[in-house]
This record gives sequence, structure tokens and C-alpha cells, in this order.
Amino acid sequence: MSVALDQAGAGGCPLCAAIRRLIRAVAPVLVVVGVIIALWYGAATQMNKPWTLDAANRAGVELSTAQIIADTMNQERPVLPTPHQVLAELWDTAVAEPVLRERRGSLTGNPRSLVFHAYQTLAPTLLGFVVGTLAGILLAIGIVHNRAMDLSVMPWAIASQTIPILAIAPIVIVVLNAVGLSGLVPKSLISAYLSFFPVAVSMVKGLRSPNGMDLDLLRTYSASASETFWKLRLPASVPFLFTSLKVAVAAALVGTIVAELPTGARFGLGARLLTGSYYGQTIQIWSALFMAAICAAVLVSLIGMIERATLKRMGLNR
Amino acid sequence: MGAAAKKRAAKPAAQEVVIEASGLDLTFQTNDGPVHALKDVNLSINKGEFVSFIGPSGCGKTTFLRTIAALEQPTGGQLSVNGMSPDQARRNRAYGYVFQAAGLYPWRTIEKNIKLPLEIMGFDRSEQDERVARVLQLVDLEGFGKKFPWQLSGGMQQRASIARALAFDADILLMDEPFGALDEIVRDHLNEQLLKLWARTNKTIGFVTHSIPEAVYLSTKIVVMSPRPGRITDVIDSDLPKERPLDIRDTPEFLAIAQRVREGLRAGHAYDE
Repeated sequence: MSVALDQAGAGGCPLCAAIRRLIRAVAPVLVVVGVIIALWYGAATQMNKPWTLDAANRAGVELSTAQIIADTMNQERPVLPTPHQVLAELWDTAVAEPVLRERRGSLTGNPRSLVFHAYQTLAPTLLGFVVGTLAGILLAIGIVHNRAMDLSVMPWAIASQTIPILAIAPIVIVVLNAVGLSGLVPKSLISAYLSFFPVAVSMVKGLRSPNGMDLDLLRTYSASASETFWKLRLPASVPFLFTSLKVAVAAALVGTIVAELPTGARFGLGARLLTGSYYGQTIQIWSALFMAAICAAVLVSLIGMIERATLKRMGLNR
Repeated sequence: MGAAAKKRAAKPAAQEVVIEASGLDLTFQTNDGPVHALKDVNLSINKGEFVSFIGPSGCGKTTFLRTIAALEQPTGGQLSVNGMSPDQARRNRAYGYVFQAAGLYPWRTIEKNIKLPLEIMGFDRSEQDERVARVLQLVDLEGFGKKFPWQLSGGMQQRASIARALAFDADILLMDEPFGALDEIVRDHLNEQLLKLWARTNKTIGFVTHSIPEAVYLSTKIVVMSPRPGRITDVIDSDLPKERPLDIRDTPEFLAIAQRVREGLRAGHAYDE
């Protein structure tokens, strides 16, 4: 039956075919999203039910099942907020709320706006990402070209990643504050700390990816180490670099948010998470989490676009 | 044709030795003890000769070529290239090297790949362009300069890598099984083209192969080698004419030389292992 329908459709207009292709591409995604949302609503109902029943018990009223379900979906401080509550919060704080507000005669960031908080997190993320990437590339260059660094740096780099960032974030903040640095720089330092590692590891692999023959060829030209680097090692490492950049940018974002948590930051997605948990504002926590996820998705896909354009230019996009 | 005729006239006059090895030894130290890759190798190659090195794997033919190119250091004996040490010869751009695989850098177009040695050797832009155009024509790849390597067939890629080795006018061309990975038909075609190119450019060519017909078809001198330790067992001067159509391979003269190469290989090879 469905096969017959399929064939009838295939013989039809090109627009129908395009629509069918689109449905075929989108349908699996929609199914997965639908299942997740359904599970989410189910879990929210179950987890928020004790509070509803407790309140009803204290008020001395009997609730029907439909009433219970309706109540669990619209509590002010639910254990698990429902998708529509999170969406509404996202809309109210990110779209409806102005990013800047007038205060004492000048325009400043509006702490009620989620976009403002996202900006407060994104700025140090990007700075930390750039610093971390440069540090990772420089470390990799050192490791590939210097035997002493090859033997000594990598164990330290690995050790640095095993230290819980939550433990050292406050130390970094306090130390930097003592020398008069606060705000952007300490946060970005911590995000750089998390993002240099994947870049360094991948770049070491990338810079070492040319095989013996590629290197012998340059030796027959009596090429110097720097010519070998610029003409062979660096271009060969570009695909490795982009793969690691995607990991690094996500790590940088996590680093910034984590840096905001134990340090009493007033603005930023991490601060938003923290105040949300202080006051039991679960909806606020979840909307901040969603904002962080959106930021990460945008950053990673931006790098993906740059990657595709670069590799296409280099003729490596087979 | 004209170039070939001129070459024939010039050859007897100039018996200039360009590569000379005497008592050359090369021993690799491995975990299983020393490996004698080359032992007491004596050979001289004259200017304009086409010399093939043939032998089973492990006979040191590739090692010998790499030693000439200063990619390996001999552990004993003498080796001179153009009257210099291999290292000095390399710095004087004495040779172009063609590897088993084309080894084109995938992020560079064919044109940019050929420019690679020119950039390193410091030719100016306009001269680079001029030389690229010239060598692309030599290997019949005009119009493919802007393509990336993966857009070309294996045979074309190998021709591009020969063009790269020719671009800086080295007098010696060292080729390490350049057509080993290609199919028989493409190989025949490239062998024919290589002979024409050799006649036109008057270069000295060192060519590693393990195909007897290829060695006999191409060479003026065939060096037969055998393994453990790597050594020369026979040097055969070919008296085949300079002009060699592919069907020369069916003539008695050709078959006689091929037979001698085969016997040399058999004599040098221990079958009792």
C-alpha cells in the first residue's frame, strides 16, 4: 500500500518529490524530538506530583487525575519544569526583555535579560577560546620541534586536565583579583585552560601526520625546518585543527560557566544557574541551560562553516 | 628526433662520470642485529646514461638510490656525485627525486606542487610560472595546472611528480620504482614517454625497478643486485638502439638481454631459504 503510494508520488510533480525528500530527512529528527518531549512531560508529571498532592492535602481538597496533571504542568517552582514553561521563560527573558536598560541616566546591561547574561558568558568564552587555541598550537609546535618539550610537556598538559576545574577556579579568581584583575580576564583564563588541551593534542598529531616520503621530498630540496613547517606540517594539520576547535569551543563555554559558579559572579549564564538554585527557580535554571546549549550549538556550527569553507579552498573537501 | 641525434653524436666524446661509488658499505643497526643493506658496491655512471637497478626486495637498490640522494648516510667507502659529496650535490640541486608514490601535496594544485621546489630554492614569481608551463608541457599535462591532485588519474599524478622533479633543471633524475603502483598499460605508456623525455632533456637517470622488461626497455645500463648482503652481481651494458618502439621487446636482441638479467637475478638469489 505504502509502496504504491510512494510510486504514485515519485511520478508526480517535482515539488511533491522535494517535499517528500524533506519529510524523509526531517521525520526521524521530529520523531526523536517528539519522544523526548513526551518522556519529559511524563517525568515532569511524576516528579511534580508529590508537591501538588501535598498542597491539596494541606488545603483539604480532593483533586481529580486531570486536575493533578494540569497542576503539575504549571507549578511556579516545579522539581522538573515542563518544556512549555522553559520555552515561555526563554521567550520572556531572551526576547521580550530588552538587553539594555536605562539606569542613572546611562544605558547598562539589563540583568533580567538572558541575552545580556549570554553575552557576559560568551565574551570570556571567545577570548579564552582564542587564547587557549593559540596556546595549544604553540605548545604543539614546541612539542613537535623540540625533543625536551616532547618528553616533558605532554604529561603536564594531561595532568592539568585531571585537576577539577571547580577546585582551581576560585584560586585563580582570588589570585588575579589580588593583582587587580577581575571580570573578563579571570573567566577567560579558565576557559582557555580547558580549551588548549584538545587543540594541543590534535595539533601534535596533525603536525606529525606527514609521512616519511613527504618529508624526504623536502629533504631532497634541502628545505629548512621552518620551510618544512610552513609548506608541509602546518597545511597537513589543518583538518586536525578544525576537529579540535569544535571540541575546544564547547570546552571553553563550559569553562566560563564553571568559572562563574564558585566565584559569586553577578552576571553570566553560570551566575544565572547559581541564583536559580539559591532561590529554587528551576525554570530559570533550565532556561539558562538551554541558552548555554544554544550558544554551544551556534559556536560549533560556526566553526563547522569556517571549516568547510577553508577545506574547500584547500582542495581537501572530498 | 633532432635532440636524440645530437645526443648520439655527443655521447662518445663526453664520457664524463657523474656518479661514482667505490667500496660503498651501508649497515643499518636494528634490534635483530646489523643489516648489511649495501656491501662493497662499486659503480660509475656516465653523464647521459639511463641506469636501472633491478633485484629482489632487500637487495639495496632503493637504499643505493637514497644514498646517492643523501637521504641515507653510508657507513663506509666513497660516493661522489658530480665530483662532490652527496650532501654538497644536494645543496647544488644536482638531482630531482621521484618517489614510489606521486607524493603530491593534496592542498596544492598541480601547478603549486611543481612550484614547491622552486619556492624553496628561491626562484622569482615570473620564472616559476615559466618553468611550470615548460615542465607541464614536457610531461603532457598542459591545462591541468589548476587541478588538485585527486582530480587526476594515478598515471597523471606520477607524471606531475616527474614534472616537479624536472622543474629546477637538475642534471640527474633519481626514480624509485615510480611506476610500480600503476597498471601495465599505463606503465607502458609512461615508459615510452620517459624515454622521449630522456632523449629531449639529456639527463642522467637512475631508475629502480623490479620489472625485467621495464629495465631492459628503458636502460643503457642495467645493474643487477642481490640481497643479504645487498650487492651488485652484474652490470649489463645494453646495445639496443636509442630509438625504442614498444615492439622492440619482441626482438631477439631484447630477449637476449632480458635473459642475461634473469640469469643474473637467479645467480644472486639464494633459493634455499
